[in-house]
Amino acid sequence: MDMINLKINGINVSAPKGSTILEAARYAGIEIPTLCFMKDKNEIGACRICVVEANEGRGFRIVTSCVYPASEGMEVLTNSAKIQKARKTTLELMLSTHKKECLSCARSTNCELQKLCKEYGADENAFNGFRPEYEIDDSAAHLVRDNNKCILCRRCIAACKEQYVGVIGANNRGIDTAVGTPFELPLNNVPCISCGQCTVVCPTGALMEKDDTDKVWAAINDPTKTVIVQTAPAIRATLGEWFGYQPGTNVEGQMVAALRRLGFDKVFDTDFAADLTIVEEANELVERIKNKGVLPMITSCSPGWVKFCEYYYADLLPHLSTCKSPHEMEGAVIKTYWAQKNGIDPKDIVVVSVMPCTAKKFEIGREDESASGYPDVDIAITTRELGRMIDRAGIKFTSLPNEEFDSPLSEDTGAAVIFGATGGVMEAALRTANDWVSGENNTNIDFEAVRGTMGLKQATVNIKNLGEVKVCVASGAGAAKVVMDQLANGNPSGWSFIEIMGCPGGCVNGGGQPYQPQYVRDTVDLKAVRAKALYDQDRGMTLRKSHESEAVKVLYSEYYTEGFGKGKAHHDLHTSYTKREKYTK
Amino acid sequence: MKKKISKIPFNGTKEQEAALQAAIAENKHDKSNLMVVMQKAQDIYGYLPFEVQEMIAEGMDVPLEKVYGVATFYAQFSLSPKGRYNISVCLGTACYVKGSGLLFDKLQEKLGIGADECTPDGKFSLTSARCVGACGLAPVLMVNEDVYGKVTVDEIDGILAKYND
Amino acid sequence: MNTLAELLAIKEQMQSQVVLRQGKTDSGCKLHHQVLCCGGTGCTSSGSVKLIQEFNDEIKKNHIEDEVNVIRTGCFGLCALGPVVIVYPEGTFYSCVTPEDVPEIVSEHLVKGNVVTRLAYTGIETTDPNVQAQIKVALNETPFYKAQHRLVLRNCGVIDPENINEYIAMDGYQALNKALTSMTPDEVIQVVKDSGLRGRGGGGFPTGVKWSLCAPNKAPQKYVVCNADEGDPGAFMDRSVLEGDPHCIIEAMAIAGYAVGATKGYIYVRAEYPIAVHRLMVAIDQAREAGLLGKNIFGSGFDFDLTLRLGAGAFVCGEETALMTSIEGNRGEPRPRPPFPAVKGLYGSPTVENNVETFANIAQIILNGADWFKSMGTEKSKGTKIFALGGKIHNTGLVEVPMGTTLREIIENIGGGVPNGKKFKAAQTGGPSGGCIPASLIDTPVDYDNLTAMGCMMGSGGLIVMDEDNCMVNMAKFFLEFTVDESCGKCTPCRVGIRRMLEILEKISDGKGTLEDLDKLEQLAQYVKQNSLCGLGQTAPNPVLATLKFFREEYIAHVVDKKCPAGVCKGLLNFTIDKETCIGCGLCMKNCPADAITRTDYIAPGHKLASCEIDPQKCVKCGTCMDHCKIKSISKK
Repeated sequence: MDMINLKINGINVSAPKGSTILEAARYAGIEIPTLCFMKDKNEIGACRICVVEANEGRGFRIVTSCVYPASEGMEVLTNSAKIQKARKTTLELMLSTHKKECLSCARSTNCELQKLCKEYGADENAFNGFRPEYEIDDSAAHLVRDNNKCILCRRCIAACKEQYVGVIGANNRGIDTAVGTPFELPLNNVPCISCGQCTVVCPTGALMEKDDTDKVWAAINDPTKTVIVQTAPAIRATLGEWFGYQPGTNVEGQMVAALRRLGFDKVFDTDFAADLTIVEEANELVERIKNKGVLPMITSCSPGWVKFCEYYYADLLPHLSTCKSPHEMEGAVIKTYWAQKNGIDPKDIVVVSVMPCTAKKFEIGREDESASGYPDVDIAITTRELGRMIDRAGIKFTSLPNEEFDSPLSEDTGAAVIFGATGGVMEAALRTANDWVSGENNTNIDFEAVRGTMGLKQATVNIKNLGEVKVCVASGAGAAKVVMDQLANGNPSGWSFIEIMGCPGGCVNGGGQPYQPQYVRDTVDLKAVRAKALYDQDRGMTLRKSHESEAVKVLYSEYYTEGFGKGKAHHDLHTSYTKREKYTK
Repeated sequence: MKKKISKIPFNGTKEQEAALQAAIAENKHDKSNLMVVMQKAQDIYGYLPFEVQEMIAEGMDVPLEKVYGVATFYAQFSLSPKGRYNISVCLGTACYVKGSGLLFDKLQEKLGIGADECTPDGKFSLTSARCVGACGLAPVLMVNEDVYGKVTVDEIDGILAKYND
Repeated sequence: MNTLAELLAIKEQMQSQVVLRQGKTDSGCKLHHQVLCCGGTGCTSSGSVKLIQEFNDEIKKNHIEDEVNVIRTGCFGLCALGPVVIVYPEGTFYSCVTPEDVPEIVSEHLVKGNVVTRLAYTGIETTDPNVQAQIKVALNETPFYKAQHRLVLRNCGVIDPENINEYIAMDGYQALNKALTSMTPDEVIQVVKDSGLRGRGGGGFPTGVKWSLCAPNKAPQKYVVCNADEGDPGAFMDRSVLEGDPHCIIEAMAIAGYAVGATKGYIYVRAEYPIAVHRLMVAIDQAREAGLLGKNIFGSGFDFDLTLRLGAGAFVCGEETALMTSIEGNRGEPRPRPPFPAVKGLYGSPTVENNVETFANIAQIILNGADWFKSMGTEKSKGTKIFALGGKIHNTGLVEVPMGTTLREIIENIGGGVPNGKKFKAAQTGGPSGGCIPASLIDTPVDYDNLTAMGCMMGSGGLIVMDEDNCMVNMAKFFLEFTVDESCGKCTPCRVGIRRMLEILEKISDGKGTLEDLDKLEQLAQYVKQNSLCGLGQTAPNPVLATLKFFREEYIAHVVDKKCPAGVCKGLLNFTIDKETCIGCGLCMKNCPADAITRTDYIAPGHKLASCEIDPQKCVKCGTCMDHCKIKSISKK
């Protein structure tokens, strides 16, 4: 690698040629604060927090380190008195247009603005004057937009653009510039896919998932209700971050312990339903092939992706598997099979899903998601909301013992665990399909070609008795668009089966996952390290194929006796889709 | 600068739409021609209401928010139509102490529109003005080029009635 | 058109058309007079279209249509005197011409050859017919024009901008021919570099260096962009060039394209300039038809073509990266630099961007050489500069002077000084990005470096003259209001910072400011200057900083003494009635919108009625009472 030499704060630093000052400083272990910068995604130099003094032989000048190239012989001061003063003024100007309700703001203590203001001793009353005021938009099921807390870093806009959704952007100009929707329509009236990627990148409390924890507390405190919680595969790999663990730490046991201590009557693992999804979906695929149904078939676990398809590619909806997403299946089974077995009226059951996802909040309100006549899932909360509940309950998460999920609707296989990462559903499906079609118990079950954090992956898999099967895995709505444009174009690549997840990297990087400050997101591949926790768990399990799940087998022998995708199984475990109008005035 | 969004129902004609679609067809090969199309649309309709921006977004294959973001950035683009008669009420200090605020409220009530809005029939629009330099005539309002001084609330009906076409 | 010979043939043919305007005679010329009517924006709005019609009608009536013709030209510069008409070969300059004046000009001047002195502009204020008869009346002899050096504006007001052949008659497109057929691209860049030409848009970056930074970058497509988004309030030199001499921009852009290896060009022009837009469209069409744009120009193998893009009302688009984002169809928000446009500009490709006035110099530099150009100006600022003179000055309009001309020369000699016997206080240069030059520095030669050293900026060349009645705090406030309105809202310092500056200024001009506010204002101004993303924010504090530097005592008067010395800031004014001179007529009372005036019980000696007085608590300081007081016993201070 070509290197250049420069001096940062008087220390000699070597950095790869082509680095920005920010990158060179990070290379040398010097952190420069940023707010608007997102590597490769939002390099706009707008917030001015990352300014430094740089001298290229013509004296020191203030430059924007996130975009300014480092050069040979350059001298940089990242923390001079002048720079500290400039950053402080920038923060004070931001505060002058910021609704300062930090004491009760849900982002308090993990707000990037608050942290910097504290570090620089910014005076929140340094500047008083006109502050534009905005109505809070809580029209959508999944998130609340409070522009009064927005600092216009535009990270949300970049995230939305990366998703090829682009329903939010900068409107108006000057002091009235604001992140908004076209014609300031409520978020519910524009084609937002509810992925929540904007909430993950927002440095302040301007974009937050809609908090449903009060509903959960109310259910727990209602003695007439049986409150059952289920956790998605990805939660165990990320919840620890909320409590200070390194990204990629699997905290399944402590998570279960915490949920019990919160007062849930049963703690189930959505993994069970992930295995159930695979057998139903594999069966649907086989049926489609046999009956010359619509192919390729596309997975439907991700409600953000489903909504994307309904808004933007409604003509291609028949490609979607009709299988409900795993937590909906889990809820359906709880309120039918399990309720019956335990003699509980489904109306007295409250199913709470802990999801890595904000779109699940939207999904639980969809039509055709109530097998028992009651909604399959009553409340969907995100990993972050669970973290806040545990905080409020005073549970010392890090000192908790490891505990086991309740049975029977928690039994899982390795195939279910990897659902949380992009490619996981595909790999799980291939493990089952390979065994079923070949009629053999295959031992070589690691389909490496569909793993990894790339947005778009293609693979050709050899299955005995079937030959070469071409599959595709996409994560992130941006990659989904590429795939769908191909399908609209007649599927020139000849894919038979496609996995699509709405968020880049899949559920481990979902819109409801714990916050990480942007410098961590820039320097750690969160998608990969979180996914690794899941693949590690899979590797250590004895059962690694969905169809081997005993609980699933029991379910079909005891309850869904007509078989996969038939009769009651079809009624309870499948759903339907609808074209959605993009804009409603 | 915050742009006011009109609540007047859109009533574009077939001819206007055909002209806009022609402009889109001419420019859709290159998304960077978005502003060219928007300028044409503004010429055709006089403003850029929701329906027009939606046609542009659809035709140019860009998100509607992109069109709206551009429309609210440039001074030339308008989100609300101007009436045939634009009433502007001076809200400068001298006029204000003489009750121009009351005139403004009354006009909003009479016309059923807010500031920077236009009546559904496209006849009147209402704006506020900074001092027009006729403080001796306070309170002052203008209808297009006509100046009315020492206006009382009771005279408003009479003034509006003059613009009866 | 493929060869120089063809070009020269057109020039030759056109000689009879243009010879009168050059003050020469030609045997081939059947005309004895030519009437040039200004068709620039200023004169068009003061009625020049009607005037042209009137001239044509009168000429027909007098049966001289074969001997006299009328030409609609671009701007002459003296817009305040419009509509203006010049009659050649005498070069007589008629100002404020009305249609009623036309028969007299036609019958007296065009038929009989007698100048109508009553209407002729002399630059000397006199109504004495004897004096009028004696003074020379040729335009070039007036003080306004005599001290100017019209290089960029050479064709403005001289040729018909909608006729490419008139441009060719004035040596047009010879520079392009020379560059394409006898120079390498490097040689072209070298000449521009050697000439010392610096960007006229504001920054003053050397044009040749800019080109040389772009030229070596390899890319499938490169661009030349002309910035014609002139937005400074009061500046209109680019508009005048585009209206009066559009081909000189087209020619220069093609030369730039050849020099840097670009085959496509964009002209980004304000939509508020409809005449300029129209003339550019006509000119581009004519140039294409003549083969001076398009494929294989002059058989050199070089291709170049132009697209016109209209702005939509955003001052920030004058910033080069914002302009490019706007051409790309986006909100005109600037991008961080580096990467510089020369490396990554329009559509991510290497791009050269210059403003109109810069391009207007190019053809002549190529034709006449670097040494010729270098002979004008100061050590580091070569050539000429156009200023839009305005404010408290006799001759408002466009003036072009060699770099280094003193402010005194521009204001007192060319501009005719400050009217009404008032004292010159300061000159504001560079509009909202600029500062001001106080009277004490009136002898400073005006060039880039001197202005920068004073905390000013050349800007695009607005030059507003201020007298003792102008308040400098108010002036700073005016420009800041403008930049607050025009801030794109992208970066924090500009979006919020200049708004906060304006709020402090408002507090000061309302008489509520403190000395701490002054410090805060100054510190914030420095911060915004150093920390903003683009040129708009980086220069927005200049009007504040410059006035604080040169007129601090005026700020102190506002803050400490709670007085506006110029009597402008309403919050600090007090209207009082002199009870000794007040005759008690009551007109003020009757007209006061705030009912702030009452009658006292004091009758001044010799008066019949009791005098009036103003209740300062109720007074809204509109000045109506003062306007109505016939005996001037009301004063403000």
